[in-house]
Amino acid sequence: MALDDRDTATKLDFKVVGTRPPRPDGIDKVTGRARFGADMTAPGMLTGRVLRSPHPHARIRSIDASKAEALPGVKAVVTRADFPAEVPEDVADVLDNCMAGDKALYDGHAVAAVAANSAAVARKALKLIEVDYEPLPHVTDVDAAMAPDAPVLHEAGGDETVPEGHSRNVMSRVQFGHGDIDAGLAQADRVIERSYRTAATHQGYIEPHACLASAGPDGQADLWCCTQGQYMVRDTCAAILGLSQGQLRVTASEIGGGFGGKTTVFLEPVALALSRKAGRPVKMVMSRAEVLRASGPTSSSSVDVRLGMTRDGRITAGFAELRYQGGAYPGSPVDMGSMSAFAPYDLENVRTVGWDVVTNRPKAAAYRAPGAPMAAFAVESAIDELSKELGLDPLDVRLKNAAREGTKASYGPTFPAIGLEATLEAARAHPHWSAPLGENQGRGVACGFWFNFGGNTCVSLNVAPDGTVTLSEGNPDIGGSRASMTMMAAEELGIPYDRVRTVITDTGSLGVNDVTDGSRVTFAVGLATIEAARAAKREMCRRAAMIWGIDEEAVVWEDGAARPSGPNAGEHPPMSLAEIAAIAPNTGGPIAGHHEVNAEGAGVSFATHMVDTEVDRDTGAVKILRYTVFQDAGKAVHPDYVEGQFQGGAAQGIGWALNEEYIYGDDGVLQNPGFLDYRVPVASDLPMIEPVILEIPNPGHPYGVRGVGETSIVPPLAAIANAVSAAAGVRMTQLPMSPPRVLAAIHGADDG
Amino acid sequence: MVKVRLWGSLAEMTDGRTEVEVEAGTLRELLDALARDHPGLKPQLDRGVSVSIDGRVYNDAWFTPIAPDSEVVLLRRLKGG
Repeated sequence: MALDDRDTATKLDFKVVGTRPPRPDGIDKVTGRARFGADMTAPGMLTGRVLRSPHPHARIRSIDASKAEALPGVKAVVTRADFPAEVPEDVADVLDNCMAGDKALYDGHAVAAVAANSAAVARKALKLIEVDYEPLPHVTDVDAAMAPDAPVLHEAGGDETVPEGHSRNVMSRVQFGHGDIDAGLAQADRVIERSYRTAATHQGYIEPHACLASAGPDGQADLWCCTQGQYMVRDTCAAILGLSQGQLRVTASEIGGGFGGKTTVFLEPVALALSRKAGRPVKMVMSRAEVLRASGPTSSSSVDVRLGMTRDGRITAGFAELRYQGGAYPGSPVDMGSMSAFAPYDLENVRTVGWDVVTNRPKAAAYRAPGAPMAAFAVESAIDELSKELGLDPLDVRLKNAAREGTKASYGPTFPAIGLEATLEAARAHPHWSAPLGENQGRGVACGFWFNFGGNTCVSLNVAPDGTVTLSEGNPDIGGSRASMTMMAAEELGIPYDRVRTVITDTGSLGVNDVTDGSRVTFAVGLATIEAARAAKREMCRRAAMIWGIDEEAVVWEDGAARPSGPNAGEHPPMSLAEIAAIAPNTGGPIAGHHEVNAEGAGVSFATHMVDTEVDRDTGAVKILRYTVFQDAGKAVHPDYVEGQFQGGAAQGIGWALNEEYIYGDDGVLQNPGFLDYRVPVASDLPMIEPVILEIPNPGHPYGVRGVGETSIVPPLAAIANAVSAAAGVRMTQLPMSPPRVLAAIHGADDG
Repeated sequence: MVKVRLWGSLAEMTDGRTEVEVEAGTLRELLDALARDHPGLKPQLDRGVSVSIDGRVYNDAWFTPIAPDSEVVLLRRLKGG
């Protein structure tokens, strides 16, 4: 549906939207009643386990599973040979990542799986599987992988965009921008040239991947799993296993976090293959070590920036070359990073070049605004350094160069009305900006940009005979969508919040819903919810018109009831939703509303972050003292959740900036696959993060809603690096800024 | 005719042109015309693109109208998390 087709009159007076009712999943989650992926059981269920490669790169000469198969209690063993030899091109890498083919491409790559009567038997069986590996040279660093003599992962190499002479590990190249970089730099009073690096980090969701599969010999199959998109799981598994989509029903469990990492499959096709072979349901649950070794992470990056600025703070040219490794398969988010790097700024001369590189690491999965945080880290660090060298206020410099309505974005289009300036103005006016700082303390700011999506969406709203309402949506609730959909339905119907319950359906109950990603759900599912409620209201007005014997055009819906309206409607007492529902069998049958749409045309989003840090000059440890997030939400449907998204993005960014890091040894093996050595921030590491919600209505949504889930992770890396650099007195260009690295930088500066 | 702006590395597939003109009144006609008139773009079109029309991004909605004076920009297919 095009934007122009929508009812673009933005509603501004709300009764439910904008309030903070209790979350509908709260009791379940604090009492342990919520059923997550690992909580599903079935009669006769087997336990599945995966055998993983200990080598970062090895040819698989042969796999002998006969001893495992002979072990009492083992019901099935699968290897790549149990999957179709040919699968559709768009799932070929997904299958290879779930179960290795000719080669194991990273430490932790699945090579076989068993299903057995117990976990103990399954573990024992894994040890009996004999894999004959031929270890191959490996590479885990992005710059090393681009070297001409680097070990090659895929003989076929990259696509047509890669110029001749590059390593075959370079899978594609993108370039964006306009103007003339050299001419722009020539106009600058000062030019900076810097290189930045970020480590691969994991999404760090609390709940490991888990699923329960039950596949019958009749071609029907059921799958329960924790995922951000049950339809994606259905379609991907059906394509990999040769099932029909309609015969595979996927039910999403409650989800303990995803952040993009559950927008693909890892265990699910394997569990289905095991179940099909064993003839029994099979449950699989990853350990944390498996989660870290074989799911998730985002790319590590290596970025060069050149930036020119005039004495008064005008950026004359911006250039960035971005190299992202996306693990063992093509598809790092370097294209998104290249598009978003300079997006907050109105630049005459701007260019980004992005290189998508493969290495012997797990395949990168989406992570909250994929690709943008690393690009923003580089560009926002360079802007900060140049501003300081020229003695300019970093917020003033950003305001001077800020993209606004009519700006030609660095990635091509002309911006419509956008909210970046509003976030910068709010930051400048906030008391945080002028608060005093102590010794060894520093303040940093940074901006961030992200695209928001819409996409395929399908909801159904059913009115029960007692006048309560059930809303069915097809997107797992990772950020409060049940609350926000309930609120939007209640708002539209004119009934209290507690008269509506929103449920997440299986794939058999609704048409396709795109994955919960791209900050799309509150926008797109919200839009469909409002339209479904409006359809139900029209039907209820029609039923009331029948009762009253008047034209349905003479009935309006106000405050939860049908009311006669207009000169010829006559005098009739209003009929409430509950009254109409109670007599639905007498007036035509059940009352429902539904809406199906591909809600394209979502707008973009910006944020500004401000952070104070303190550096311990003896240990290199960094403490976050104060953190404030300024972001445009369009309209905050449930402000608690919006604030939670802002705070969560900042918290994840703090981890990415200060501690989180995939550490590989020279042997290509991941050294820290556990939360003791891979350190995510905990509550005691964080101050209360202050969220400042700006509400500039999105004209593309009936309530003005804008996606808020991802933008909040774009600015933190740079904001914190700018703050730490100020506190330490030395520019930090590599993440994480862990204590040893900060200490080394301080000593280097002291020595220098 | 609609002017279509290409991202930098796509221009290498259109003899260096960063802007091409095609006859199209909808998104579907635009994608068909680009593949027909500029076969060098076809591998990327097959992999999928997003299209910004007057500042808003579309992926699949074939019948999204495009006016002759619309600003049309091809983008890499957007991915979210």
